[in-house]
Amino acid sequence: MNSPAHAQIEYRAVTKRFAPQRKGAEPVTAITDVTLSIANGEVVSLIGPSGCGKSTLLNMGAGLYAPSEGEVWVDGHRVERPNPQVAFMLQKDLLLPWRSIIENIELGLEIQGSDATGRRARSRALLDRCHLSGFADHYPHQLSGGMRQRAALARTLAVDPLVLLMDEPFSALDAQTKMVLQADLAKSLADEKKTALFITHDLVESVALSDRVLVMSRRPGRIIQEITIDLPDRDNPFGRRQHVRMAEFVRGLTALLDIGHQELNQ
Amino acid sequence: MSPPPLIDPATPKRTENRPIAADGQITQGVVIASASVLIAFLAAWEWLPGLLHIPEFILPPASRVWQEFLRAQHDEGLWLHTGITSIEVIVGFVLGSLLGLAIGCALGVSPKSELVLSPYLLALQIAPKVAFAPLFVMWLGFTVYPKILVAILIVFFPVMVNVLSAIRTVDPDLINLARTFSASRWQIFRMIEYPSTMSPLFSGLRIASTLAVIGVVVGELVGGNKGLGYLLTYGEGQGNTALVMVSIIMLTLIGIVAYGAVAMIERKVLHYLPRAQLKTS
Repeated sequence: MNSPAHAQIEYRAVTKRFAPQRKGAEPVTAITDVTLSIANGEVVSLIGPSGCGKSTLLNMGAGLYAPSEGEVWVDGHRVERPNPQVAFMLQKDLLLPWRSIIENIELGLEIQGSDATGRRARSRALLDRCHLSGFADHYPHQLSGGMRQRAALARTLAVDPLVLLMDEPFSALDAQTKMVLQADLAKSLADEKKTALFITHDLVESVALSDRVLVMSRRPGRIIQEITIDLPDRDNPFGRRQHVRMAEFVRGLTALLDIGHQELNQ
Repeated sequence: MSPPPLIDPATPKRTENRPIAADGQITQGVVIASASVLIAFLAAWEWLPGLLHIPEFILPPASRVWQEFLRAQHDEGLWLHTGITSIEVIVGFVLGSLLGLAIGCALGVSPKSELVLSPYLLALQIAPKVAFAPLFVMWLGFTVYPKILVAILIVFFPVMVNVLSAIRTVDPDLINLARTFSASRWQIFRMIEYPSTMSPLFSGLRIASTLAVIGVVVGELVGGNKGLGYLLTYGEGQGNTALVMVSIIMLTLIGIVAYGAVAMIERKVLHYLPRAQLKTS
């Protein structure tokens, strides 16, 4: 519980129960007693079986709903509602079809009330950095899945959050596009020294992109293992994939996920 | 020497000599075939009644209806009646659509009020709207207002239902995305929910544009001395079948223009959608 002072996002003994679907049924416990802390500039991946409450954890970090027990802290403040320090990104790109790409990237800035010229300049810069330069005035349906997800990343970065919460952002993409986007993301996170919590089902992705990997058990989800990825090249997943110890980490994680499985079946 | 390109750019692509309208494309062949149907229809209308000895007061030939159209312009004030009916259609359609949009949005953002009002709205929707026409004439007299009122009533429902269900079916993740940017309730409505209604709104407006004509005509049939619906009953009273047909054709033209106008505005407003989703058929 004694977390480092420079923790950017912190979950303190968080439990989340959802009201039962039918009357008289037991409430569903999504996650139980999760404590974790992510330091400034650190990228942490969260893996675990489907339905183990990973997304619930993220939604509470974003302030979309409150924990049943425990607290979530971001940048020294307790999270009680959505706040501009945290931005999230999902598997779905969630681009608004009636807005051009540049207008989609500006969405968060516009909601937060920044002035039109300032937000246009910032989105232009992000557009270039996310390799979408020629597509400012295109509409989402004119773009490929990979480009749309790039635009979603640009929209997330546009509000300059301290913490990025990402829920399987690349899982709907084909393998090649995915690798390119992982590299882009890793570079952006490193350049801007962003803190990120990254949910994925892809064990290789989790090792390639993060400083630490947290493994969750089946529902009710809790963290059963923490693995520090002490490999170089966190800003360059292509380089990291070549590393000799890469396979060793992935093998270890595969084994761990099986342990989580057995615990549930006892 | 460079190798020859795999596909000679001069060779026409396979798609260009597809059979006529294989996937709904409008080709020259389709236009010709469509025009032939019209010509065949007009020819049958012109000569079949004579060949089958159908008297003119039952089914006047096309040329007779055309003469009646020319006569009615001078003698019956056809354009005045057409103008009045058009204005009633436009006013009824615009007011009914705005009301449908407003109520649809209000119920959309407030599920409670929808629950409270839904049985009454359903009852009103089931009630045959044109049956209200005599009642409105009794209330408002032989003026344009009862006609407009019937049009409003009949236009309101398809628009409201489409807008309401559009707001109900907005992806909750989109709302959550806006919420993570700390959007206010009003911002969520203005930036997410309201724009989401546009595509279904226009589907509703297309239906409504044709319904508006029905509403106005029924109002005019019931009472009054102006408008194409009146001209229709007047022609009936005179035993002037050709005048009845002229009125029906003019009403159809008003409907076509109204529908076309909605489709045109739709293409402008929904310019961000792929073309395929905007097919009018």
